[in-house]
Amino acid sequence: MKLHNRRVAALAALVLSAGLSLSACGGDDGGSGSDNSSGGGDSASGTYVFLPKNLGNPYFDTSDNAGKAAVEAFGGTYQEVGPDQASPDAQVPFINTAAQQGASALVVSANDPEAICDALNEARDADVKVVTFDSDTNADCRDLFINQATAEGIAKVQVDMIAEQIGDEGDIAILSAAANATNQNAWIDLMKEDLAANHPNITLVDTVYGDDDDQKSFDQTAALLQANPDLKGIISPTTVGIAAAARYLSTSDAKGKVALTGLGTPNQMREYVEDGTVTEFALWNPADLGTLAAYAAKALVDGDVTDGSGSFEAGDLGEFTAEDGVVLLGEPFKFNADNIGDFDF
Amino acid sequence: MTQLATPPTETPRSYAAHAQPLWRRALLTPEVAVIVALVLVFTWSTANVQAFDGPLTLYYLFLDTAPILLIALPMTLVIVTGEIDLSVASVVGLSSVLVGLLHQDAGLSIPVAALVAVLVGVVCGALNGFLVGYVGLPSLAVTIGTLALYRGIAVGLLGTEAVTDFPERWTDLAKQRIVDGSSYPVVLIPFVLLLIAFAWLLHFTPFGRGIYEIGLNDEAAHFSGVDVERTKFWLFVMTGAVSALAGVYYTLRYGSARGDNATGLELQVIAAVLLGGVSIFGGRGALHGVVAGVLLIGVISSAMRLENQTVNVINIVIGSLLILSVIAPSLLVRLRSLAGRTRSATPAPPRNDTGEAPVDHEERLQR
Repeated sequence: MKLHNRRVAALAALVLSAGLSLSACGGDDGGSGSDNSSGGGDSASGTYVFLPKNLGNPYFDTSDNAGKAAVEAFGGTYQEVGPDQASPDAQVPFINTAAQQGASALVVSANDPEAICDALNEARDADVKVVTFDSDTNADCRDLFINQATAEGIAKVQVDMIAEQIGDEGDIAILSAAANATNQNAWIDLMKEDLAANHPNITLVDTVYGDDDDQKSFDQTAALLQANPDLKGIISPTTVGIAAAARYLSTSDAKGKVALTGLGTPNQMREYVEDGTVTEFALWNPADLGTLAAYAAKALVDGDVTDGSGSFEAGDLGEFTAEDGVVLLGEPFKFNADNIGDFDF
Repeated sequence: MTQLATPPTETPRSYAAHAQPLWRRALLTPEVAVIVALVLVFTWSTANVQAFDGPLTLYYLFLDTAPILLIALPMTLVIVTGEIDLSVASVVGLSSVLVGLLHQDAGLSIPVAALVAVLVGVVCGALNGFLVGYVGLPSLAVTIGTLALYRGIAVGLLGTEAVTDFPERWTDLAKQRIVDGSSYPVVLIPFVLLLIAFAWLLHFTPFGRGIYEIGLNDEAAHFSGVDVERTKFWLFVMTGAVSALAGVYYTLRYGSARGDNATGLELQVIAAVLLGGVSIFGGRGALHGVVAGVLLIGVISSAMRLENQTVNVINIVIGSLLILSVIAPSLLVRLRSLAGRTRSATPAPPRNDTGEAPVDHEERLQR
């Protein structure tokens, strides 16, 4: 048997190397086209590499497609690479590759603020401009961060929406994530200040916590409505909470009587907007985020933004200014029955 | 025939391996096939892939594949016995979390924290080894269980947090080059030392011969004096320890200790070991093939990334290659037995080796 295996191995070697050379040729055929285009790294237009947290994620598909349109509009070469899992280190080989290829700019949403830091800095040493969007890294590892929204903006848009939906008076409650969730607590404090200063007739009667757990958020919504029969509205500044609350409201008597708004994603909220449970909710627009990230990368390559400050034109979005290495996209985007059909994430 | 024409030394061997000349036995092996493939792909990529010949390619290649290279060493020994260890990546994650927590919360220095993490890796491996070796449970079931168990402990200890506060001296060391400007990071030094140790253990000691015997037939190994239980136990302890060591490297390399570090790494390790010519049924394989297998996967991924292929295409190519390498031997046996049948119609008597080989192989598949 051993003898036989050796002989077999000889043939196996042949087949294996044949398979290899075939697959290598396949790579060649596939690559030769992009070879020419990636040669664009030397031309004035430049190569812009988008690196999402992982591929096949509808949120990043939306932002990267907008980025692609922007890059093509200003004459650059667009490329999207990424890992199949959003694990902390998985982006590193792709960052290294961009550095080796001498890409003009890398637009990345970081899976981990620290794990990809060194790789990004090595890329920057190789003269690749680094823009982060959606999720930032440590500030010393990138040239610019595209901030989707400020805490003040997020708090204000939610208060404005609930005030509009309940006629600026009555009892409201908040369904938050975990009791110690940093982001949510900061927003809730800002919302309280805004309510006290600008909406004296609205009373915040309760804040409950669904721990970003679908079932718990659902139960908390039920309890909230039972405990506060006069409740006019609920704000849920978390995507899990608002979806669970909408699911409860859509099947209860309170549907249409108790307003619900907050931060949600169009795919989760579509059916509740369509059946009238929810009038309007907010989040940022990932397409605008991708577009802005592409133009910010171009501004870095062109030298319009240096040392984290400067202003640049971002196509249809208008003029933006970078300060301290951050560009703010602007006000959160409101989703309602008129525009929700345009989004898929 | 006269007595002189058949001296006793030339009586047919009872084992078939030496019926072929040395050069054929040495060169016509899966290991050499993988090494040739590695050289071919590397040469082709250097000539054809833009930026592949740059100074960074090898450096990144070694940095990225170092954990796989390390864990593949003990994994080879485990798979040669016909067992498997799926919990290695979870041990990497657990070790990473421990280094982070012990350094940040307990204030231990990195070497002490690393030592504790490796000891915990030994305990993790010992649990696997005890259940597989002494209790006699199937390693697939045991290590699927501990895969979840160790990962669960890792994520439970640190939650979704990350420890990133490591001294720069140590994180730099993980990425340092042996000589400034060379392509070889210092992590290759522990790897080469371990490679020598494991190669010696597997190929040049009675313990190592016992590993092959267990893989071929563990009952026969038992009756010929191999302590099957003890051998398996220590092999799992070794995978645990080396995985934990890889976890320490992983943590320092990325400067980030997280519970989900290295998720899915076990499949990359096992893929590389099998591609390197180790039989999943046990009983055959060699370390030089495994090292070439790891590097082959690394070179293909690196070259294809530089060619702007997405990760999906890379996975498809490596997956196909792996399947090809696993089925090629069996497929060729089938083809040869078909060819042998047509040839047997001719009056020439078949050589004794071709006659018995397919039977023997099928026996092994049935085990």
